[in-house]
Amino acid sequence: MAHQEFVRQLEGGAHHFQNRRGLLFKLHLDPVLLILLLILSCVGLFVLYSGSGESVVHVQKQAMRFVLAFVVMIVFAQLDPSVYRRWSPWLFLLGLLALVAVLVVGTGAKGAQRWLQLPGLPRFQPSEFMKLAVPMMAAWYLSDRYLPPRFKHVLGVLVLIFMPVVLVIKQPDLGTSLLIAASGIFVLLLAGISGKLVTGFIAVVGAAIPVMWMFVMRDYQKQRVLTLFNPEQDPLGSGWNIIQSKTAIGSGGMTGKGWLEGTQSQLDFLPESHTDFIIAVLAEEFGFIGVALLMMLYVLIVARGLYIAIKAQDSYGRMLAGSLTLTFFVYVFVNIGMVSGLLPVVGVPLPLVSYGGTSIVTLMAAFGVLMSIHTHKKMLGK
Amino acid sequence: MLKDPIREKQIFTFRAVLAMFCILIIAAGLLTRIYYLQAVDFEHYTTLSDKNRMQLQSVVPTRGLIYDRNNVLLADNQPIFSVSIVKERSPDLEQTIAQIGAIVELTDEQIKRFKKRLKNRRKPYESVPLKSKLTEVEIARLSVKRHVLPGVGVEAELVRHYPLGESMAHMLGYVGRINIKELKRVDPTNYSGTNYIGKLGVEKFYEEVLHGKVGHQTVETNARGRVLRVLDQEPSIPGRDIKLNIDVRLQQIAIDAMAGRRGAVVAIEPSTGGILALVSTPSFDPNLFVTGIDHESYSALRDSLDIPLFNRALKGQYPPGSTIKPIIGLAGLDTGVVNRQTKIRDQGWYQLKNDERFYRDWKKYGHGVVDLFDAIMQSCDTFFYDMAFKLGVDNMESYLDRFGLGSRTAVDISEDRQGLLPGRAWKRGAKGLAWYPGDSLNMGIGQGFMLATPLQLATATAVLANRGGWQRPRLAQEIYPGVSADDIVEIPTMHDDTPDDVLINNPDDWNYILGSMKAVMHGKKGTARGSGRKATYKMAGKTGTAQVVGIKQGEEYDAEALAERHRDHALFIGFAPYESPEIAVAVIVENGGGGSTAAAPVARKIFDAWVLDFPEPLEEK
Repeated sequence: MAHQEFVRQLEGGAHHFQNRRGLLFKLHLDPVLLILLLILSCVGLFVLYSGSGESVVHVQKQAMRFVLAFVVMIVFAQLDPSVYRRWSPWLFLLGLLALVAVLVVGTGAKGAQRWLQLPGLPRFQPSEFMKLAVPMMAAWYLSDRYLPPRFKHVLGVLVLIFMPVVLVIKQPDLGTSLLIAASGIFVLLLAGISGKLVTGFIAVVGAAIPVMWMFVMRDYQKQRVLTLFNPEQDPLGSGWNIIQSKTAIGSGGMTGKGWLEGTQSQLDFLPESHTDFIIAVLAEEFGFIGVALLMMLYVLIVARGLYIAIKAQDSYGRMLAGSLTLTFFVYVFVNIGMVSGLLPVVGVPLPLVSYGGTSIVTLMAAFGVLMSIHTHKKMLGK
Repeated sequence: MLKDPIREKQIFTFRAVLAMFCILIIAAGLLTRIYYLQAVDFEHYTTLSDKNRMQLQSVVPTRGLIYDRNNVLLADNQPIFSVSIVKERSPDLEQTIAQIGAIVELTDEQIKRFKKRLKNRRKPYESVPLKSKLTEVEIARLSVKRHVLPGVGVEAELVRHYPLGESMAHMLGYVGRINIKELKRVDPTNYSGTNYIGKLGVEKFYEEVLHGKVGHQTVETNARGRVLRVLDQEPSIPGRDIKLNIDVRLQQIAIDAMAGRRGAVVAIEPSTGGILALVSTPSFDPNLFVTGIDHESYSALRDSLDIPLFNRALKGQYPPGSTIKPIIGLAGLDTGVVNRQTKIRDQGWYQLKNDERFYRDWKKYGHGVVDLFDAIMQSCDTFFYDMAFKLGVDNMESYLDRFGLGSRTAVDISEDRQGLLPGRAWKRGAKGLAWYPGDSLNMGIGQGFMLATPLQLATATAVLANRGGWQRPRLAQEIYPGVSADDIVEIPTMHDDTPDDVLINNPDDWNYILGSMKAVMHGKKGTARGSGRKATYKMAGKTGTAQVVGIKQGEEYDAEALAERHRDHALFIGFAPYESPEIAVAVIVENGGGGSTAAAPVARKIFDAWVLDFPEPLEEK
């Protein structure tokens, strides 16, 4: 019956692939998500080759990371969602301890302590781990309770989110803390938190900002915030990146300058062209059409993720799958918003395209959890 | 309250669909933003992107070369390497200079000059040289450290080089770095990439011809300013080459003949006016000035008592002394004041009526009975006192003027002085006094107020040799044609016309006057007969001695040096061969004593070289 139900989910003409889908199903993989992720990875490698200045080394390293990340995804997909659920509080606690440890004995570069080196384990970033652990914890906390959550439970979740977020901000890593906070808040939103509460929170925060601005913040802090939102004020300093990335995007036009032909990226005018600003390379070389196609790919992945969430069997799986999916889109939104000059510069990579290992593994692990939720369904009579 | 899974699922589904809706709106919003950048502002960002990568650069034309009449190279361009800094690309200028200082030796003066040039930069991102003429070792050391020195570059540049150094300095002049004043004078576009400009001499006079026309190229650079490829190019038009009338062999012989004494030699080809040699001694090395002379060397040159930077041939104004006697004599004959039979008895002095003063001959007891011929040959002052008195100042002024004295006549020399040809008007204007007969007497023997440059004396001698025929003196013989038909350049000139030839009533008077000049060299009593001896050809000349009033005296007081500097200047003018003159020469040896002993032998060596076509020097036993 599970098989039949699965087949029903597929759009028309899926019968030809029945055998293959059967194999994928046994492996607990969702073929739609898998294909979309594979396409995105390939696109990412192509753009990376250009963005890294035609560096084969970078592409090879990134490809190796993709292989590792897909393995992690497959492993995560094998575990039953109930395992995740049972382990959620312990994983959260473990992550919290690791975050405290990072602040005490962590290592890092450029003035930020993000890494933890434990004997017998590979070096890792606990904050990345928390991107999974926080939504798990929030979903675990709420799944046993009456939904929509009451005010005190909402406060409980907010406290749970607040602890890791503060620890990550202290590293300091604004981008990751933002994503962690988002992943927790999405759980709340999906749990059905009342519209009044949401409006209330927004009102409180909205009122706090001008008060902070008028009475708490010093002049130099205000200045920093102003340049954060208006980088053009400082064209040779922090504004340089944004001016160059906007120039790269804008000069790409509708169809782009062609692969490896982008002058902004190939002539090193565009900084961070293989990491956070890689979308500008794509926009310059493939134009609006390229960006639109990539955006479509992301939206399809998100749609599939939300579909999986809706189809999940219990509220834990629903909330977790939904939160992970929406967090994935936050990456996309913050990154493209930042590079196109809509949002302040926050270090958030473009998922599965930007060069860099940890975020890829975390993202694919999350997709592994999604697939696990989707493929371990208990046969229940309706 | 009990959990209600159905309601939970409904709420969740609703929220998830709502989220999907929000995501679609956000995605559309992002795409709108991107569309705005890529479609609406496309032109703007394309311009920005092109501005980033494309730069218009000037292509500096190669400066024209200068040759002598036998195509010996006098000025060429050689690559030198200099280390320079682009201020905008250097994170900390002081530190960068210190780092360079640790690799190549830098003097305080070089750093000071660098900062001065930095202040006078024409545009941002222009590299400013810190030290030029790097050695191979220094270049290698800098290249190794280049990656830790942002904004620092080793640049090759074609720089003027004068292979013959000192010997041509006063004639060629030199180029040097453009200063602000010069920049205002030149066409800023044409000089947009040029660092050097002619400062003196031929280099300055023919600057426009030698410079050429600037070209332009659009290059693509990366973010660090490195040129990756040339996108578009409009080549520069190189400067024209110039062939001078100068003969380096003759120039060198003249310098050698001066034997380290201060003075000047100018040699002119009478038939063309071409300047064959133009020497002022002592001289200096023009190569020192090209990339910037250091303070110490410059002070040494400037403060030297021998004033080597002073161009005596063009700017030295000396009393011509007896060298003008042939012209005064011609004036006497032509005006009829004297004739070939006129004789006087010279007892060593001359006196005007109603004047106590004795006007003395250089020979204490006089020359005895002399006519004009003898008076020129023996340089008899008394005869000329008498003739000058009879001629009067106006006649003398008129004839001297027709030989170019008191005016600047050269075609392509702009730095020469005009000397001083006195007259009634001049004296009233300059001194506020009337012209006295005694002034005429002094003028008649080339003393008193009159001053002439060696160039003027040589020019006048050439006119004499041409029997009144005028050719303006000129340095350039030929300006080579440009590379293409549209390469049009205006050739600068001081004069478009030729002065009127000196016409006299009886042309045979030329024979008489020039004959007397021949007698100076070959006559029994000729003042320069020592220099005319044993010549295989005939020559004509006239010696002169000028009393020293001092051209410029050094400030330091040195009794011995000063005593030497109070001796008379020795002068000589002449031409050869007598029958068909090929060369006219003026020589001045400062404080050399008599013209016959100090100056005439210099001219003889020049005559021998030119007339006999540079014979192999005889082995001296």
